[in-house]
Order: sequence, then structure tokens, then C-alpha cells
Amino acid sequence: MTTSSTQFEEKEAIVIRFAGDSGDGMQTVGEQFTDSSAFAGNDLATLPDFPAEIRAPAGTLPGVSGFQLQFGSREVKTPGDAPDALVAMNPAALKVNLEELVPGGLLIVNTEAFKKSNLLKAGYESDPLEDESLSTNYKLVKINITELTKQALSESSMKPNQKARCKNFFALGFTYWVYDRPLDPTINFLNSKWGKRLPEVADANIKVLKAGYYFGETTELSQNRYQVSRADNAPGTYRKINGNDALVYGLISGVQSASKEMVFSGYPITPASSILEGLAAQKHFGIKTVQAEDEIAAIGVALGASFAGRLGICATSGPGMCLKSEFMGLSAITELPLVICDVQRGGPSTGLPTKTEQGDLLQSYFGRNSDLPIPIIAPTSPSDCFWVARECVRIALAYNTPVILLSELYLAIGSEPWCLPDLSTLPEIPSNVIQPGEEFKIYKRDPETLARKVAFPGMPGYEHRVGGLEKDESGGVSYDAANHENMTRIRAEKVQAIAKSLPPTEVNGASSGKLLVLGWGGTYGAITSAVNRLQAEGFSVSSVVLRHLNPLPLDLEDILSRFDKILIPELNLGQLRLLIQGHYLRETIGFNKVQGRPFTVSEMVEKIQELL
Amino acid sequence: MSTETLESPQPLTKKDFVPPNEVRWCPGCGDYAILNSIQKTFPELGVPREKFVVVSGIGCSSRFPYYMQTYGFHTIHGRAPTLATGVKVANPDLSVWMITGDGDGLSIGGNHLLHVLRRNPNINILLFNNRVYGLTKGQYSPTSDVGMKTKSTPMGSIDHPVNPIQFAIGAEASFIARTVDTDPKHMVETFKAAHAHKGVSFVEILQNCVIYNKDVWEDVYGRDARAEQILYLADGQPLIYGKDKDKGIRLNNLDPEIVTLGESGASEGELLQHNPKEANSLYTTLLSQLVHPQFPTPVGVFRALERPVYEDSLQAQIDAAQESKGQGDLQTSLVGGGSWVVE
Repeated sequence: MTTSSTQFEEKEAIVIRFAGDSGDGMQTVGEQFTDSSAFAGNDLATLPDFPAEIRAPAGTLPGVSGFQLQFGSREVKTPGDAPDALVAMNPAALKVNLEELVPGGLLIVNTEAFKKSNLLKAGYESDPLEDESLSTNYKLVKINITELTKQALSESSMKPNQKARCKNFFALGFTYWVYDRPLDPTINFLNSKWGKRLPEVADANIKVLKAGYYFGETTELSQNRYQVSRADNAPGTYRKINGNDALVYGLISGVQSASKEMVFSGYPITPASSILEGLAAQKHFGIKTVQAEDEIAAIGVALGASFAGRLGICATSGPGMCLKSEFMGLSAITELPLVICDVQRGGPSTGLPTKTEQGDLLQSYFGRNSDLPIPIIAPTSPSDCFWVARECVRIALAYNTPVILLSELYLAIGSEPWCLPDLSTLPEIPSNVIQPGEEFKIYKRDPETLARKVAFPGMPGYEHRVGGLEKDESGGVSYDAANHENMTRIRAEKVQAIAKSLPPTEVNGASSGKLLVLGWGGTYGAITSAVNRLQAEGFSVSSVVLRHLNPLPLDLEDILSRFDKILIPELNLGQLRLLIQGHYLRETIGFNKVQGRPFTVSEMVEKIQELL
Repeated sequence: MSTETLESPQPLTKKDFVPPNEVRWCPGCGDYAILNSIQKTFPELGVPREKFVVVSGIGCSSRFPYYMQTYGFHTIHGRAPTLATGVKVANPDLSVWMITGDGDGLSIGGNHLLHVLRRNPNINILLFNNRVYGLTKGQYSPTSDVGMKTKSTPMGSIDHPVNPIQFAIGAEASFIARTVDTDPKHMVETFKAAHAHKGVSFVEILQNCVIYNKDVWEDVYGRDARAEQILYLADGQPLIYGKDKDKGIRLNNLDPEIVTLGESGASEGELLQHNPKEANSLYTTLLSQLVHPQFPTPVGVFRALERPVYEDSLQAQIDAAQESKGQGDLQTSLVGGGSWVVE
């Protein structure tokens, strides 16, 4: 091991966490470190972690904002467990995050922030930096980041408080030096963000970024540097993508493949707002976006658009799903295409708006009056949101049904590299619309799919009425007892019939064995990483992570039967488990976490080992 | 339904808008007269039948779409404005008519009604006001008078009622009108004016519920009352009413007052002159405050103002975006955010 600044220690993967006040720009530097690592060719995954308040009181524990990422030369499927490095911009950030830093981990602190008032706000009675245990247990690097930032900008005409605001880029620059990251992506970012409007801001931040980098070069600090080589990724064009951006692109791609106009209507809600914002910025694709007056209106506008022959789409989170439930019922009884995106967050009620959870599965399954299943599909990674969005568009249009896209905050704001698809190779998505001259009965069905065909306003000769009252096959209002039971059964069977169009379920590992880990959605990364690790160690464990939750895949029962035990990890109290046990009368073991945070790989490994 | 004729027969007649299924309102309900007037109006608008969409919420009046041989959507309680907005945004070429009631539109759907009026899509909204919940069997509604005794208010309602016209003024509706279910000619005229208006049209229809609020408007439009109690608004004409056209409305400071015309009374020149294009909402508000029994009840077009139409503005933004950025190319957009190539 060397302390020379020119020598590097090679690492397979590194987990780094930036933490500071919510106004300190931690999300910005986290994103920049991510971009830089992506350009360096690493595989990566990110976990932004911020409070629900925009600016909680400065210096306090609730005001701490963090951003963690794992970057590696091997496959990276999660943002990592305990960080190998922590950047703490103030005492509160240290207090909140220190416990999780690995023993011997790199700890970079901004000494300027460790003043008495800040220490008190963080609940420190004495300065922890003077406590010997800190430098014994960790590789402590004390830097007066604020002061060095001001010095770097001594010739700038900016006001002192403006200068101090650049300090996050000093910290970033220093980490770039430690981890040998390229500076160019961040310099380009600063120039494109500020260059035109406020060139002095761009210049100042670039100057500070470089100052942080060169501080590593020139300082007397004895500091190891680390290198993480390029990941062995498949050839292709890559970009960094988060789940909501991928979802936006997937929806656009879906309606393009279907040659349908999209009408998207949303109401601002964390963490789904960026879908509305993302689509509103894409008007040149001919997308119509409506910011509705509330969650109910948003789905109403979308359903109206679908009735008029376009594809209506809306996006929300748990509280909005509650409000949309009556319209979901209407969309299902009228059998019109509709895509409802639910980006789950911690609940119930307002709950934990900026933390992740998988709490809305049963709500999506059952959250309407009467027996009325709706198809549900959950993405498994940020980039998978693209593919799941397309799949939702496919099912909505083929079966003329509402579809719930069940995403999670963890995927929505987490990023990963994405090998871009060649869009010209993607299949067309057919719509199920009456053809001119064809006889039309509103609820006449395809015997195979049980789907009805739609006709929409503007099509002469097909004028008809739909609505929330029960109807007979020809669309007339019917209170007939037998008809109602028949229609109720058909609506459920139609959703079940979608299973016939699904590909075989992928089993990660042997197709039979001692233990199957069965998950869904965003737990894919932690489950797969843990299972792969244990498989490499020779354990008899396989995993299945479901995307299609309703209907469940037809081959799932058979897969379950080939394992002695089934473990179902979920970020809820056992919602998939209830469904699996109910559907297949199969005993399963739950592994449940509702802390607003994703599973770590190590806790997953530990749980699996417990059962083997 | 027949699919042999794909083109709507022209010219359309009332019969073209009558569906085969039976109408299930109570005998004597004011809704029949409104339905009849709409079926008379539609063929005269020059719109092909397949381009009409009738959207409703929940309530007696909201069964309306089932009784119209057009595209129709009977939605959920209070939410018709949202669905109608979606239809119009999706296809601005359609003639969208939204049917609601005093409970559907002003109670459970008050929020949506506010927003559809302020957004100003080119939708025609007909609010049937019978001042009672009919379909749920007779509870008081948001337009019921204080003191109204119903099954849910055995000691009388203590809710201060909402005035639909004032609500529409508050939401800055660009077109506001009132008509009555006993005057088919006036209804057809009003519906045509609503259709002609570019932007949202809000029409309050005073409507009778024979079962739960019989004769609610009798003192206003009953055979014996109407001549003295209804003030027909006419563009550019003074506010004159009465069997002998001998009464008018004059402004006294900021208060309207009734004056008698003639030798010993006021002259016509002193009366307020109706101007539906008056942008100042003070005038429209003044009209809305002419309430029975102190005043005659105005019917006709209260206001018709030009404002940007929602779906037009939306399309204009799309056109502008395509003008400046070109038609979207998704493959380019995917790469656009910064990408790298792995060989």
C-alpha cells in the first residue's frame, strides 16, 4: 500500500455517500459523480435520499440530504450497502451517516462547519473531530472546504455567501482526485447549465472543482487513491437513466409504436411529478399534457381522451391512487384503454413522501368497489421502466383495459447505465378498434382474449353510450341478475387471459432446488445480487423477480412447486406473499422491511443463509 | 346498431338523435322538455352526428347521454368536467356537451366545475337546477334555500345556498346563461348561443322535480307568474319586464332597483342596458343578484366574452415546440442527454 498520489489501489466496486444540508447541493454533486463514473465506463446504481421538506432548518438532523452510489468494474445492481466513503459537509450529516460507514472507511469532513452552533444543532456536546476514535476507526480527512473554496474564488466578484455556495464542488473535486474520475463531464455540465445565463457561476464552480482536485495533488495529506476499471459491458451506446425518465421515454415509445396520440394528465405529487414535467417538456412529440386540478381530474381527463380515441395516461403516487380508485372502476367497466402509473412511496396517508416502499400492491389489486381486477406490471430497475411502460401501452390497447404501472421511488429517482435500444427494431403495438363496416356491439368479445373492440367519437355509424351502470352485451343498461354475474366474471377472466400473452418466467439459477427467492419490482437488484453471490458459493438457491403481478404468469405455480422453500422479500408487510399463498395455497416465508429504504444485499444474503 | 350507413344522413332531423331505448325519468319531469329541446337543437347546428359527445356525471339529469343517439359517456359523480375536458383536448373537432345538476355540479363536483370554467375549453355545460337531490330521493342540495325540510334536514336546512350564476362569474366563465325548462323556444335559442360561443359555455336551466321539489320554480315561471317574474335579457336592450313592459331595473348607487316606467315613473333611458360583452364582472354580478322574490329572474345570455380557448392554446404550444425543435425524434432524444459508446 502506498501513500503516493500517483499510485492507485484497484477496487472492484466502491460505495460513496455525499451528505450535507438540504441546501448544500448534495444531490447535484451525487449526480455529477454518477455522470463522471458512467463516462469512466463503470456500472453503477444510485440512491438519492433527501428529506420531504425543501429546506429543513439548516444544520439540523432532519435537514440532512444524502446521495449514495455504487460504481464498479463488475456488474452493479444496487446502490450498495454500507458506504466505503462518506463526505460529511456538516456535523448533522456526520451524525446521521457515520454509523453506516464501513470500519476503516474514508471519511471526508468540512471542518469549517464544525462550529459550536452546528455541533449543538446536531446534538454533539463536543467536537467529534477531536475525538481520537474517529481517526482511529476511519481514514479521516479533515479539510476546511468552505475556506479553501473562498480562497479559490478570491479574485471572483461574487458575494461571499455566493462563493461559499460553491463548496460542494470542492468536495466533489477532491473525491474525483481520490477515485480518479474525469472532470470533463462536470465541466461540461456546469457550462451548459450556467454558461449562457450566468457565466461567472459556471466559471466559479469549475474553478472550485479543479481546486478540490488539485488540493489532492498538492496537499501533504497522506491519502490513498483508488481506481475502478471499466465494467465489462456489452457493446452499444449507453446513457445514464433514472426510472421516471425511462418511464417517460417508454410511454412515448409505446404510443409511437401504436401510432396513437398521447394525452397525459397529472397532478403534482412526489415522486411522480417528474413524469408530468418530463412529458410536458416533450411537446414537440405531439404529446398533450394537462396539469389537472386534482388527482381525480387527472385520471378523468386521461379517460376522456381514451374514450375520444387517443391514449390517456396518468401518473401518481399512493395518496393519488386512493383518489383515483372510482375512476379506475369506471375505466374498467367501460373497458377503455388507460395507463395509470403509481410511483410508490412510504405510506400510509402522506407517510414518507421521499422514501421508497412497495406498499401499494394490494391497493392496486383490490382498491376498487366490487370484484374488479386490473392488470398490474412492475418495473425491476430504472431502465426497465422503459420496457414496462411499453408493455403497459401494449396491454391497454390490445385488451382495452386500464393498466397499472407499479413503480417505486427507489427506481424513479435511482440511476443506472442503460444500453440504448434501437427503436426501429421495436415491434408495432396494435390497437383493438372496430373496422369500418364491422358490426358493433359494445361488449362483443374476442373469444380468445375476451377483449372488446372500441369505436370512438368521430366514427360515423357507431354512436353509442358507455358509463358506470352495468350493461348487457349490446351496451344497454341492464339490471338483470344473470347478466351482472356474467359481466363480473368476464371482466375478471379477461384480465386473467392476458397471462397467455406473457413470455416464460425467467428463473435466475437452477430451475429447482432448496430455496426460491420470489420478489417483485425494485427488489430485483438486492435479490439478484444476493442470490448470485450465494450461488457462486455453491448454495442451492434461485430467484424469480416478477414484473407481471396481475395476472401472475401461468408457469409460476409450476416453478414454485420445484423448490422446497419460498422466501418472499418485500418492502411491505407481506402483500405479494398474501397473494401467492391465496392463489397457490403454498406456504411461503416472508422477509419484510418498511423503513423507507431498499434492502441491502448483505441483509438479503443473511436471510437466505438462515434458510439454507 | 346499424352499420350500413357510415355517413350521417344530411340534413339531420330531431329523429336522428332519438335512440331506440326508452327514457326512464319520472312522468312530468322537467328533464323531458330539456331533452326534447336538445334533440331539436342538435340537427340545426350543422355538426355531423358522430361528432357530438354528451358527457354527464351522476344524478337524474346525468342519465341524459343514454337518451341521446350520439356518442355519450355517463361518468361518475361530479367528475364529468374532467372527462369532458379530456375528450375535447384529445379531439378539438368534437362538439362536447356536458350535463350536470345542482348536486353533481355544485356539490360533489364543485371543484371540477370551477376549473373547467376557468380553463375555458370549448365545451357546453348545462346545469339542471331543481334545488334537490332527486335520484337519492329528496335530500336538500347546495342550491336549496335555508330552512328547506327534507329527509336529511327534518328541522330545515342550515346551509347557505350557492347561486350558480355567481359561481360561474367567480370562476370567470366566458359564457354564462340561464334558461327555463318550461320555455322550449328559449331553451333552443340559448343552446344555440352556447354552441356558437367559442370557449366554455355555462347554462343554468331552472328545472322542476315533480316528485321531490314540485313547483320549486312555480313562482318564477308558472303560468300566472312568468309575465311579471321573468326578465328576458336581450343584447343592447334595456332591462325591461312585466306583462305591459312597464317595469325596469335601474342602478341606485351600487344597488339595483325596480322602477315603473311611464308618466309618473322613470324613463327608459335611466334603465340599465344589457351588454353581454361587458368585461367588468360588476355588471354580471349585479344581474346575478336579481333574485326572486325581491326581483324578477333574468333569463338569457348574461355574459359572452372572448378568452383564449384551452385546447387551442395547448395545440399552439405543440405547434410552437415543433416549429422550434422540429418533430420529435426519440432515438435522438435518448442519446441527447449525454451518452458513451462501448465497443
